[in-house]
Amino acid sequence: MNRFDWLPGFITLLAEERVAILHSDPILLAPAHCLHLDAEDWGRAARVASASGYRWAGLWGDPVDEQVRIYAVLAHEGDYLVLMTEVPLQAPVLASHTPYFPAADRLERHLHDLLGVDFQDHPDARRWTRHCAWPEDVYPLRSDFPVGGDSPKRAPADVDYPFERILGNGVYEIPVGPVHAGIIEPGHFRFQAVGEQVLRLEARLGYTHKGIEKIAVGRDASGLARLAGRVSGDSTVAHAWAACMAMERAAGVDVPPRALHLRALLAECERIANHLGDIGGICNDVGFAFAHQQFGRLREQWLRGNLAIFGHRLLMDVIVPGGVCRDLPEQWESIIKPQLSTLSRALDDLLAIIDDHSSLEDRLVDTGFLTAELAQMLGVTGYVGKASGQDFDVRRDHGYAPYDGLEVHSPCRTQGDVAARLQIRADEIRDSLNLINRLIQSLPAGPIAVDWPQSVRSSEGLAVVEGWRGEITSFVRFDEDGRVARFFPRDPSWFSLPALEHLVLGNIVPDFPVCNKSVNISYSGQDL
Amino acid sequence: MQKILRKIWQTGTLTEAPPAADEIEALGKEVKRIIDQRLGGSLAIRQVDTGSCNACELEIHALGNPYYDIARFGIHFVASPRHADLLLVTGPVSRHMETALRRTWRAMANPRFVIASGDCACNGGEFGSNYATCGGVSRVIPVDLHLPGCPPTPNDLMRGILTLMRKEQPQ
Repeated sequence: MNRFDWLPGFITLLAEERVAILHSDPILLAPAHCLHLDAEDWGRAARVASASGYRWAGLWGDPVDEQVRIYAVLAHEGDYLVLMTEVPLQAPVLASHTPYFPAADRLERHLHDLLGVDFQDHPDARRWTRHCAWPEDVYPLRSDFPVGGDSPKRAPADVDYPFERILGNGVYEIPVGPVHAGIIEPGHFRFQAVGEQVLRLEARLGYTHKGIEKIAVGRDASGLARLAGRVSGDSTVAHAWAACMAMERAAGVDVPPRALHLRALLAECERIANHLGDIGGICNDVGFAFAHQQFGRLREQWLRGNLAIFGHRLLMDVIVPGGVCRDLPEQWESIIKPQLSTLSRALDDLLAIIDDHSSLEDRLVDTGFLTAELAQMLGVTGYVGKASGQDFDVRRDHGYAPYDGLEVHSPCRTQGDVAARLQIRADEIRDSLNLINRLIQSLPAGPIAVDWPQSVRSSEGLAVVEGWRGEITSFVRFDEDGRVARFFPRDPSWFSLPALEHLVLGNIVPDFPVCNKSVNISYSGQDL
Repeated sequence: MQKILRKIWQTGTLTEAPPAADEIEALGKEVKRIIDQRLGGSLAIRQVDTGSCNACELEIHALGNPYYDIARFGIHFVASPRHADLLLVTGPVSRHMETALRRTWRAMANPRFVIASGDCACNGGEFGSNYATCGGVSRVIPVDLHLPGCPPTPNDLMRGILTLMRKEQPQ
């Protein structure tokens, strides 16, 4: 099957719905295909895409002079189609995609809060990212908004957020957060429960909003890579890679093959470390301390390996624009090879024990069930999607280097419960071990980076990578001086948080922690 | 059950001597003395993330794994600030967490200690001070110890806690 085989059919459907395509551009954001639409047709295009079964994969706006360019990403059969339109900054009004794609809900509200785009017919008019740090009628991403803000006063708590409530005999509300009992990121969860049963869960994030999109503006390429590496600390490799790939595409930079291999090595190491921690964490949340300690030990050994090979336990700042900043140390083979075999053996033992443990099965099987239909509708990727029948992996299906030269295997299950999300993680660890083996066998010689060109001017790029949590998209535009004018990283957590709100329904309140851990969203990656 | 016991036996004890043994041993004794004297034998920590990228939390979590097992020093994490002696704060203090942080600190009983943990908590780090962040913990509440690092490793965290315990008085 060839790339974009389906696109002519879609364009015909758009024409039937009288959607005018102003410009069809395969170059601008390549390998994604860009369709420039009239703002009038924005909603109708989404209706056609939704009826065609495409997945909605992201949205951002970019203020350029007196216009706001709006981009929405659609995914289908491993290809990415970007819909693009322009609205005037003075009156940025556009049809909402949310009626056709529920996944669009919070990203549209985020874009409204930060840039003031008014999405008509959006079913939920409430703020999302904005709390009380700036007033309702000003928008931080506009160029007239000072980066330091305009209010020196303390920001009060956002106490008036109108959560939806369920009324009735015996229904009660449980507010949780933003300061939680454990060591986790700040967010607020509002439960409506009767007895032990969860009737409704509504999450409220935005607590870790730290202005990433605003402070990216004006940075140079390496400054942006550092910032991208801190969008979500557990995904530092994935976000840095996505941002660097977007910049490299914008600048027309070819990364040397050895650097690409090393990037993939880093990404697989990151995936393994996080999955090890999560499997232990899931077991811990149902009181199985043995597995928590064992997986904690494996994770710690793995992080020490990271430190020995790449110089940082969590692999921060190794990926830089144009390549990677450090090569493998001389004795790397003697570190990594025993580590691979030790982990592989330990996994065999421990997963057999987990599998045998009936009381663990009792807590994990059928808990936090997410149907394949919902997973598809919410656009979830990564282990949450793969555990609910969404057989998609960017490395395999979109094929970026160096994965396009390797046969990437991606697990998929249909049970959709906590147990399946744990199993997918275990499967992915094995696949990553396998990939690491093949990456080091085929490691090319040569340079690990190229110099960043001085001649980058007014260009933009879009990258999509498979982080350990799922699909990450990253958009970068350079201004006429080669400085970053716009950066938007879209973490998979945007879509897995709504999935969490659904999959917890009907479960008992004490099972929320394990449901939450099995989804493990990044609050920081979502709040930006 | 047999398999579990066999695995535990095979794994053995991993807990290792603390890093830079001389330094930590000396500090450890002093810490023990101060903790016994002032805090009734244990140090309770309440951790608050005020907008970190979550890397700091990963390393704080690691303090509980079998290699560090910080509980053996009488140090443990608690759910409520009312039970805590020490507030361990990460992140540049997003303005959306400003009030929550202040309230958490106010809920603690005296004497109370505050550690600003990680580059962001020290001075805003990569995020600095902007419309959405305060640019460091000490701009919001008094800080007893600044612990740099991105993120501070478990060893850094242990050293920081021990150094703090050696200080005479909390701010």
